[in-house]
Order: sequence, then C-alpha cells, then structure tokens
Amino acid sequence: MAIFLTKDSKVIVQGMTGATGMKHTKLMLADGTNIVGGVNPRKAGTSVDFDGTEVPVFGSVAEAMEKTGANVSVLFVPPAFSKAAVVEAIDAEIPLAVVITEGIAVHDSAAFWAYAGAKGNKTRIIGPNCPGLITPGQSNAGIIPGDITKPGRIGLVSKSGTLTYQMMYELRDIGFSSAVGIGGDPVIGTTHIDALAAFEADPETDLIVMIGEIGGDAEERAADFIKANVTKPVVGYVAGFTAPEGKTMGHAGAIVSGSSGTAQAKKEALEAAGVKVGKTPTETAKLAREILGA
Amino acid sequence: MDLFEYQARDLFAKHGVPVLAGEVIDTPEAAREATEKLGGKSVVKAQVKVGGRGKAGGVKLAADPDEAVARATDILGMDIKGHTVHKVMIAELSPEIEAEYYVSYLLDRTNRTFLAMASVQGGMDIEEVAEKTPEALAKVPVNAVDGVDIAKAREIVAQAKFPADVAEGVAEALVTLWDTFVAEDALLVEVNPLVKTKDGRILALDGKVSLDENADFRQPDHEALEDKDAANPLEAAAKAKNLNYVKLDGEVGIIGNGAGLVMSTLDVVAYAGENHGNVKPANFLDIGGGASAEVMANGLEIILGDPDVRSVFVNVFGGITACDEVANGIVQALALLESKGEKVEKPLVVRLDGNNAELGRKILSDANHPLVQRVDTMDGAADKAAELAAAAK
Repeated sequence: MAIFLTKDSKVIVQGMTGATGMKHTKLMLADGTNIVGGVNPRKAGTSVDFDGTEVPVFGSVAEAMEKTGANVSVLFVPPAFSKAAVVEAIDAEIPLAVVITEGIAVHDSAAFWAYAGAKGNKTRIIGPNCPGLITPGQSNAGIIPGDITKPGRIGLVSKSGTLTYQMMYELRDIGFSSAVGIGGDPVIGTTHIDALAAFEADPETDLIVMIGEIGGDAEERAADFIKANVTKPVVGYVAGFTAPEGKTMGHAGAIVSGSSGTAQAKKEALEAAGVKVGKTPTETAKLAREILGA
Repeated sequence: MDLFEYQARDLFAKHGVPVLAGEVIDTPEAAREATEKLGGKSVVKAQVKVGGRGKAGGVKLAADPDEAVARATDILGMDIKGHTVHKVMIAELSPEIEAEYYVSYLLDRTNRTFLAMASVQGGMDIEEVAEKTPEALAKVPVNAVDGVDIAKAREIVAQAKFPADVAEGVAEALVTLWDTFVAEDALLVEVNPLVKTKDGRILALDGKVSLDENADFRQPDHEALEDKDAANPLEAAAKAKNLNYVKLDGEVGIIGNGAGLVMSTLDVVAYAGENHGNVKPANFLDIGGGASAEVMANGLEIILGDPDVRSVFVNVFGGITACDEVANGIVQALALLESKGEKVEKPLVVRLDGNNAELGRKILSDANHPLVQRVDTMDGAADKAAELAAAAK
C-alpha cells in the first residue's frame, strides 16, 4: 500500500517536452512509473522516445485523460504559465496534480487553490515548489531520486526536497511506504495534515516522519491534528532554528515574521503532541529507528 | 520586498487610492523647492522601513520652505531603530483630521486565501489593537478568484462597523486598494492611518506595501523599487550571480544544495559550535540542484570573500545530481579561483552523501587539495568545520 500514488497510477507530464520535463520523464520511467502521455498543445499528435519507450503527446489534459485513463499529472511548466496549466488540470478533474515548478507568484497559487475549491476540490494538488512524491518500487511522480531507498514501512512528509532525500537515505535500510514533498511555498495544496491522515489510514505505514521548516503555522496545526487523530508514532524534524527574523531562507515560504513561524515554536508544538523531535536529521533518523526497533 | 512609504504612496496613487501629494528627496536643500510646490507648507517624513518613526522624531511639520530645509537637515542621517535615514518625503499637509482608521489586504497562509483587515481604531500599532481589542479588528476572507468589488468592500466596511457617513468612501478606497494589491502582485498592502478629514475626504496618509519577488517576471517596474544602497555588499554580489544567499553573523561559511538542507546545515553547525567557542554559521547559501563547477566557484568566491568566514562547510546531498559531478565541481572551482589569482586560504570541510557518493569522495581524495578535508557524515562534518573556525579565531 501507499498514499496518493501506486503502481496503478497512470501519469501524464505537463511540460514534458521542455528540458526539465524531458530529463525527469526519463528518470520517472526508469523508476517504473507508468507514464502514459505528455501534454503540449503545440506538439499534439507527436510522440517522444525515451530509450525505447514511446510516449505520446496530447493537446490537453482532458484529451490525455480521455485517451489513456490518466489519473495523475506532474507539472514541469515555467512559473509564468503554471497557473493556466494547473487550472487546465483542475478543469479536466484529474484526481492528482503534482506541481514541481519553483517560483510561482503567490497571486497565481492562491488563485488556482481558490479555483480548485470552487470546482469542488476534485483535484488534489501537491506543491508547488516541491519534489513530488514517490512510492518506492511502484511509481515516482516528480524529481525525488528513485534509487535512494526501497519499499518499507515508514511514511514521510516534508516541506523540503533535499531533507526528504537526506532522511530517506538515513533510513534507507528500513524503506518507505511513500514519501511526499509538499513544497516550501506560502500557499501549497496538500498539507502535512493531509499526508498525516493518509499515512494514518495506510495499513502498511508503521511510523511517520514529518519534516517542517520555519514560516507559517502548518507544523503547529499538524501537531494539533496528530494529538487528536494520529495513533501511529510520529517523529519530527524542523529546520531553521538559526534563521534571522524577516529573511527568506531559500524557500519563498521560509520566513520568520516577527515572533511567528519560528522553528522553536514548531518544535514545542510537536513535542506537546507527543512527537519526538530530533535536533539534526541524523538524530531524527535515530529516533525513528528506536521506535521501530530496527 | 518591503517598500518605503513614498513608493507605497506612488503605487496607491497609480491605482486610484486617495493620497496626498508628496515628493521624495535626499538632500536638505531640495526640501525648499518641494515645499514651495506644495504652497509653502509641508510635512517632512523620514523614509525608513521600520515603525515608530514619529515617536523617534522622524516626522516634522514645516510652516515655510526654510523650515522644511531645517527639518530635512535634522532628519536626513538620523538613526531610527538602527535604520539610517537616507531619504525624506516632503508631503502635502493634511486637512484637519477627524478620525483615523486602518485597512489592509494580506495573504492568510493558514487558510490559503487573502484576508481583508479593517478597524475604526487606526493610527496605532495594529498588532496592539489585535491583542487588546480584537473585536475592533474585522478580518474578512477574500477569495483570490472573486476579489473585492464594491459589494465585497461594503461587507468589509460593515463588519468593521465604520460610521455611516464614511462607509461608502471607505468602501471605494478598499476597491482601489484591492486593485493595487492584485495589479502589483503584493503580499501586503496596508493603510494606517486611513483618515477622514474635516472637509469629508477619505485619505491614505501612510502605507506599507510588500511585493512578491516571484512575480518579477511580469512586473518590470519593480526592479527600480529595490533599495540597492541598503543591501549587504555580499548579498548584492550573490544576487548579481543569481545565488540564493543570506549573510549571517557567524564564522563558518556554508554552501549546500536545497533550501531545507542548507537551513538544517546552519542549525547543525550552530549546535556543533556550542562545543567549539560558540562559532556560528556565517551565511545561508543554496546552490540548488545541478551544482556545476561554475556555480560552485561563484558560491565559494562569495563565501571566501567574507572577512568573517574562518572555515567553510560544503554540505551536499546528491539527489538527481551525482556526487562525482559535485566533487569535480569543487575541485574545478578551487582551480578556477586560484587561476584568477585569488588565494584560497580558508579550510574547507566537504561532506558528500547520496548518489555516487563513493565516486565523489574518491575524486576529492585523489585531488588531495591541502585545504580540503572530507568528512562523510553531516553531523561529523559540521563539528569539524566548527572546530576549524574556532581554531582560526
């Protein structure tokens, strides 16, 4: 089992024919992802050869879904065109849209989030500014390296891409059910809470690792959710204790504003909810190991 | 990017928010002509990106052009909470004020929507209002798709209980303020105070605007609003090279890939520093995914050029990018810097993990650069970098 993505997922790539889209479509295929098409209205009807795998290009998300039964879209669309691309995915009612793109304007992400809501939230959005998600051994929708680890019983949800990789690497011998990078932007679709709820319901996940960082109050709200709803052990890590107030630390959403959004407050909220929080990624991995007895 | 008051005023004026005339100057003598243009009287207002300038003496009335020059002389160069005043705005004198209000739009991250905030208790610190009399601050969610039309603006005005005689004027101002918020890709537009004058006008007397830099691709005018004088020179140099860099106070230079990993690296170095003379990270620098030799060289050049740096910690997790490429990048970057005649004298601790780590480590070992040390765990490498920085102090 897994969350959001399995071997049965049929994946299309919006922006497949661009340089980044090409590179990562190839890698996703190598990880066993069932990629059934790309979307580019200017190249509709053509196909792209990825080391012997012919992937057809469709004119729209709706057409790709109709012809292939696709149920996941991964977006490698430049920031200026991302809003239109996500709106197209929402209009087509694709169940999952994974927005990898970094640098989308907040007015655009707030607009497509509001639009998804107005359309009844039929499309789960992951990202933007995220590495996507992977269910090792089954499918990879995004840019998480597929060879770090194997299938296993840890579920991972993280705002950060490289910390996701680091944590998967630290715990590679145990393996992961799914790892979801939710992204570091101020407005994101899927939250820590959504992933926590899905891992709680997933019978093959025994422990959840949750990685947060400065900015906003997503970790504090996740802590409340864990307290009320999560019975599985959760291990946490928060980055950015040394970040100064008022400075954006790489991710658009990673900023301490006044006294809110600090790493210390997030750590305390998680600990109050019974989550063991590590001081470093390595210590966090050790905590997970102790709980699993592995 | 936070703007100065005069820049906010200009954007408000551009989108029809009612404001008074004003002109920004940076020499005392220019206050004379600016005040003459306003009919001989003016308000001289310090332009600093910090609150509380009025109490600090940064806002003064001038009854004639000579007095404006005198007041501008006083205020230019003044220090307000650590901010030096380089510019003043010579503003039109407000008609007599009857009431002060507060209005703003901002991003509500928690609810992933925009938020209108409005209060009839303006002119003071709004966080204080929110704390002491939360019932006096209306918070109305604004859907990004629907926006604020006059009907929505009336709803905000009603929720904030504005008096009937100003309700329509404030609602109209709220619509133009929303236009500013959207058209300029702002993360915050705030008017405090929005005033009602004795002659019945509604005016935005002071404002704050913060812009979304991710929207720069469609906001060509925003680059000119940057305060290039205030930027730390290392930050400015890094920005010119498209590097994601933030200068901090410590001694250990940091280079890593990925914002989360770099933030984490800063923390791990600070913990390690607790055992090594309390050394701290000197900077945040994320060189991103595909760390080419050129990007690595650019990053190293910035960090080695920071006189505070005593040691450097390069912390890379090879994800898609393979560690052998990163290792080659480091070796080539050092060669590149040395060929440019730059002396590399500070010790580098390199930790490579992930994709092709063994190969990457071998490349570093074979290169055998006298200043480069390899430590293969993040915590261990942080400890070594902190130790070296403490020893060089």
